Amino acid sequence: MLGARLTGRIPVAQDVNSSPGAPEVRSQFAPRRRRALIERGIHVVLFICAAASILTTAGIIFTLLGETLAFFREVPIIDFLTGTRWTPLFVSQSFGVLPLVNGTLVVALVAIVVAVPIGLMSAIFLSEYAPARVRAAVKPVLEVLAGIPTVVYGYFALLFVTPILRDIFPQTQVFNVLSAGIVMGFMILPMMASISEDALRVVPRALREGAFALGATKFQVTVRVVVPAALSGILAAIILSVSRAIGETMIVSIAAGLQPKVGFDLLSSMETMTAYIVQVSLGDTPQDTIEYRTLFAVGTLLFLMTFVMNILSDWIVRRYREVYE
Amino acid sequence: MEANPTGTRKPDVAASPSANDAAQANGPAKPDVLVTEDLKFWYGKMRALSGISLKIPQHEVMAIIGPSGCGKSTYLRCLNRMNDLIASARVEGRVIFDGEDIYARNVDPVQMRRRIGMVFQKPNPFPKSIYDNVAYGPKVNGYRGSMDDLVEHSLRQAALWDEVKDDLKKSGLELSGGQQQRLCIARALAVEPDVILMDEPCSALDPIATTRIEDLIRELRENYTIVIVTHNMQQAARVSDRTAFFMVDEQSSGTLVEVDETQRLFTAPSDQRTEDYITGRFG
Repeated sequence: MLGARLTGRIPVAQDVNSSPGAPEVRSQFAPRRRRALIERGIHVVLFICAAASILTTAGIIFTLLGETLAFFREVPIIDFLTGTRWTPLFVSQSFGVLPLVNGTLVVALVAIVVAVPIGLMSAIFLSEYAPARVRAAVKPVLEVLAGIPTVVYGYFALLFVTPILRDIFPQTQVFNVLSAGIVMGFMILPMMASISEDALRVVPRALREGAFALGATKFQVTVRVVVPAALSGILAAIILSVSRAIGETMIVSIAAGLQPKVGFDLLSSMETMTAYIVQVSLGDTPQDTIEYRTLFAVGTLLFLMTFVMNILSDWIVRRYREVYE
Repeated sequence: MEANPTGTRKPDVAASPSANDAAQANGPAKPDVLVTEDLKFWYGKMRALSGISLKIPQHEVMAIIGPSGCGKSTYLRCLNRMNDLIASARVEGRVIFDGEDIYARNVDPVQMRRRIGMVFQKPNPFPKSIYDNVAYGPKVNGYRGSMDDLVEHSLRQAALWDEVKDDLKKSGLELSGGQQQRLCIARALAVEPDVILMDEPCSALDPIATTRIEDLIRELRENYTIVIVTHNMQQAARVSDRTAFFMVDEQSSGTLVEVDETQRLFTAPSDQRTEDYITGRFG
């Protein structure tokens, strides 16, 4: 399809005029050769750029799937998805991925509990309450927060937050889920706040005025009209934040520890899917072994989870575009 | 709507029912509900209103007409402090409502707006059900009666009940434009205000929907004081008892040229500029 489009002539006046057999008359609008060549060149270059990212994604999926399928030839997919013991690096190997999923979801949950209320309230403040000058100052700060390398957050969790937690709860392990989750919450906070603020800001001014004209206070206008009207955008922000939390790697690798286990003890160490991938990638696991292939199985599962989340948020955002008309 | 087929834009006032009403209304003078005294208004450095003094009598319809940019909407929005929402806005002068200056320091605009409702140019129902749209105002005002009755009463007053009574859970946004505007009127009525401000309420509606709203305005006059801004002189003639004509002065700031009973203003204006405007010589 690509070849046909690129090699085919650009449709020109001649094509329209030339019925079979008719003598070809040179149109006054005949194409300039050089310009047509440049146009075609630009077309090709732009296509290659656009194709690069798509091809990369396709390549990643292809590699993931290939190794994953090889993995599932040795380990039944049911055992993988429902097993509660994850010990691929031990002598008595066991490939139940649930402990890793459990760790991932628990950390993400802590992060969401931190990020959603604070993020939503910052967004409401910026969109509804802050004077224009304050908003102009605060928004860039939020974006700077989003630009801090995650490895910095990781050490912040391990060296600053964890000691505080250990002072409060002495039984806290050095590597623990709570510390990693809290710091991850602050990491996704700017995204949560920024996307929610965008959703709040696009609520038409007319709706706010309508509510004010009925004698509503600013808080009543915000909570009962503006936030509900922006709800789908806010939901999308939450889902994207969850997706980001699930995929986050550095913080959990540094601060959450490497013990794959099922449970909800926030003060203990748990291993997430991402942390496991880092652990194995950094180790000396030989290629073409089952241990090596676990990487891809876990990676595929991670990919699927974030992929579904992103599709979900995209769907929600598209729905909310239609809300006002 | 704007131009009639005969080419002249001077409305046929004698035939309009409200004009007859107005003629009959020449009995005992009604008390003034809203009075503005030398009201001046600025957007940043630009003065939009230069000293408007106007009295709005109770249970009458006051129409405000004038060419685009003459400050008529700005003036209307001063009457319930809607302009407070604009950061650069500044007001001088007084707006007396029920004996109090609503711009006085000890007045909470929220409390005041519960008694001076507003209907906007473009219908702006909340993205909620029809029922919740009407119930919103009473809810935020702490209404403690039967909400169902109040919603029904308000929708009946707005002549919308029969069309929506089986579908109160439907989103307000699914209604037609004219129905949405009547929903917004019902929403305003539900808080039982004294005054309803209407900012070109029919400008986004088709002629049939416009007629319905105009009929409604004439009915509501029994119980409410209505101030309606309109760019449509026929509409002013059809619905109002009194008409105020606004224009921009030399500093392009809105100013009140003349206010009179609607019939008189359209048949025998006392100012040449009014005459020029209503006969279609400009604007």
